[in-house]
Formats: sequence, C-alpha cells, structure tokens
Amino acid sequence: MSTTAIPAGTKWWNGGRSPFNSSYGKVMMWYFLMSDAFTFGAFLISYGTIRFSVNDWADPNHVFNSFPFAGHANLPLAFVSLMTFILIFSSVTMVLAVHEGHKMNRKAVEKYMIMTIIGGLAFLGCQAWEWTHLLTGEHVTLMHDGTLATLATTVKSNPWGVAVPHDQVLAALQKTPHDQLINIVNSLGHGGAAHHDAAAMSHDQLISTIQAADLHVNTVGRPAFGSYFFGITGFHGFHVFSGVIINIVMYIKTRLGHFDQRGHYEMIEKAGLYWHFVDLVWVFVFLCFYLI
Amino acid sequence: MSQHTISPEITFAPDHSGGTKAIWRTFIILSVLTVIELIIGLAIYNIHKGEHPNATLVLGFKGMVCILTLAKAYYIVSVFMHLGSEVRNFIMTIIVPLALFIWFIIAFLWDGESWKNLRNTNGGSREYKPATEQQHVVPAKTEGKKD
Repeated sequence: MSTTAIPAGTKWWNGGRSPFNSSYGKVMMWYFLMSDAFTFGAFLISYGTIRFSVNDWADPNHVFNSFPFAGHANLPLAFVSLMTFILIFSSVTMVLAVHEGHKMNRKAVEKYMIMTIIGGLAFLGCQAWEWTHLLTGEHVTLMHDGTLATLATTVKSNPWGVAVPHDQVLAALQKTPHDQLINIVNSLGHGGAAHHDAAAMSHDQLISTIQAADLHVNTVGRPAFGSYFFGITGFHGFHVFSGVIINIVMYIKTRLGHFDQRGHYEMIEKAGLYWHFVDLVWVFVFLCFYLI
Repeated sequence: MSQHTISPEITFAPDHSGGTKAIWRTFIILSVLTVIELIIGLAIYNIHKGEHPNATLVLGFKGMVCILTLAKAYYIVSVFMHLGSEVRNFIMTIIVPLALFIWFIIAFLWDGESWKNLRNTNGGSREYKPATEQQHVVPAKTEGKKD
C-alpha cells in the first residue's frame, strides 16, 4: 500500500536499520498484541469446547434481550449492537487522532483523543449496566430437587436451561417451600405496576398469584455459561478500562506538548494500536457470545 | 514530510499524505457488515422461535456471521492498525503465528464434540445417564437468594 519505493538492493538485515522499517516500540506493541490475541483466543476456544460438549446451552437471544429504560420489552441484540457501534466509532476517532498526529496537528489530536476517551467510557458504562442487569435480574427456575426458586445469572448460577412445560411448573409449585414462593412473588412485582405484599400473603394466595402470572420457567442451566460470559467480557472490559487510562495519559501528554517537543506523535500511534485491538477482540466476543 | 524522523533505523517514512477518505470508507464497511450480522442474528432468532428449527439453515447462517466477522477483523487490522502499509516481512511475523488458530479451533471443537458424544453414550467405562442427571446440582437454598 505504501507508495514510497524501497530502494533496490536495500540490505535489510546488515544492521544499522530496522529490518521491519519500524521503531522498536511499535514492533513490540504488535508482538504484545499478538500474544494477547492468543490469550483471548484460548479463552474463546475453551468456551467453544465446553459449549460443543453439552446438550443444552443458554440462547443468547433470551439472555441478552433488554435495553435500559425499556422495561421488560423483548429486544434481542439491540443493546449489544449499541455497544458494538460505540466501540467501532471510538476506533474511528482513534485512527483520526493518529492521522492528525502524523500531520503534527496538536489541537486535532486533542479533540479526537477526547472523543475516543468518551467512547471508551460509554462502552464501559453500557457493560456496567448489562452486568448489573444480569447479576440482579432474578428468574424463576426449576431446580434439580423439583422445586421452584429465583436465580440470577452469575458466575455460579444460570437460570437459562431448557424451557419447562406449564403442567410441570404447576406440579413444582406445590412442592416449593413458602420462603421461595415469597421470593417468586416478589420477583413478579419487579418493575411492574402490581406490587404485592408477599410476606403477608398466605400460602394459597402466593400459589394463586404465581399461577395467575404468565411464568416462563427454565431448568437450571450450566454454571459454565456465566463463568465464561463474565470471565471473558470481564477480561475484555478490563482491556477497555486500561485502554481508556492509556488514552487519558496520551491526551495529557499531547496537551503538555510532549510530542511536539519530541518531534513526532508515535506514542499516539502505539496507544492507537492497543485501542484498535480492544475493538478487534470485541468483534469476536460479540460473535461468540451474542450472535451464535 | 511534515514529521521528523522517529528513528535513524527507519529507512523510509510511510506515506501519510492521504486524506481521511479511507478511514471513513472503512467505518462504513464495518457498519454495514455489522448491520448484516445483526440481520442474520435476528433471522436465527426467528428460526429458533419456530416449531421445527432447521438446523442446517441455522448452521449456514452462523457460518456466514463467522465469515463476516473475519472480514471485519481484516479491515480493522489492515486499515485502522495500518498493518497493510507495513513491510511484508513484518506482516508475516504477525500473521503466520496466528495461523495456529486454525488448528486450535479444529482440535478443540472436535474435542468438545467427542466429549458430548461420550456424555450421551456408554462411552468408555462410564454408564450413560440422561442429560438432566448429569448436570451440576445447585442447591436451591444457597443459590436462589440474594443477601
């Protein structure tokens, strides 16, 4: 793609010049990112192995179907697409910062770095909302002992097993202990208009309230689902977080004029490589956890 | 060249005189690919909602999303990370090791498939149990409650 012609007979490996025509720092950033790609790859492939080895797995369209302030509306893929576009756009502003850096245009670099940092923070905010929603959202689940209970999606518990037919739900309801019935009725009131004073209700009242509700009950799912989801998105989120910190440092250094003194903006380029890598990993996380 | 030389070891400076057109073009390509992925994702969702999901169709759609994802990865690495304008030898030192992934993916997914096969049959010395009995039991009392 480079339009500069390489002089014929250039002795790349005779010393005195970089055989890769690149600075040490940039080459090493690339090798670091390559090793990081292997780490993420190992995580995702291990997730794939476990998913291939089991008979049932949570359907991502059921688990990730909510949107902030949308209540219980069923919106599969909507929120995660927003997150994807935020990250792609912050990648664009980053590459624009690198571009302006090549032209030694300090003001423009500052502007685009600020936009990139805001994009990163917006992504982290979205992820925080998503995690909170999963960790606190309780779902009625058919437990292995035949009773019903409310479970959240955590690293240890997974309410997203196989859908349970209605008659089995009614049978399980009869076996469910009183305190769990209270939990279930409380989970019905969550976010809705009807707030029940569950603790004061009798056993039969609890059961009839639950029967009246249109419950979608699943069996207990594989705990591996939450472990992999929180493990991998957490590791990626940590990369986004450290990327934001690096970008803030780069912004401050740009403002202080360090790169103008140095005569080049190569540090912006290296931070940019890291930031694009974070976007690249998200492309694969998005594929593995949300799309397929 | 508006930029000072970064290091005397760099033989020629990469050409940065171009405008931002390539960047915006890549942004549009990435967005379009993502939108196509989302449409396929929603198609898979609707197939799953139906009475008898067509497994081959779903597999085909999932394969298509994987190919689209690889295309997105190519554009990010080649244009945004400027790997496309590096020296060929350098590109190879990054790409060739990553080719190991081809084998990793085949080997480990194959392993998972074999594991599933053992789970559902009298594989080896273990006796087959229905899927529901194999699951890790989570006691209702400890896992069902928040504090």
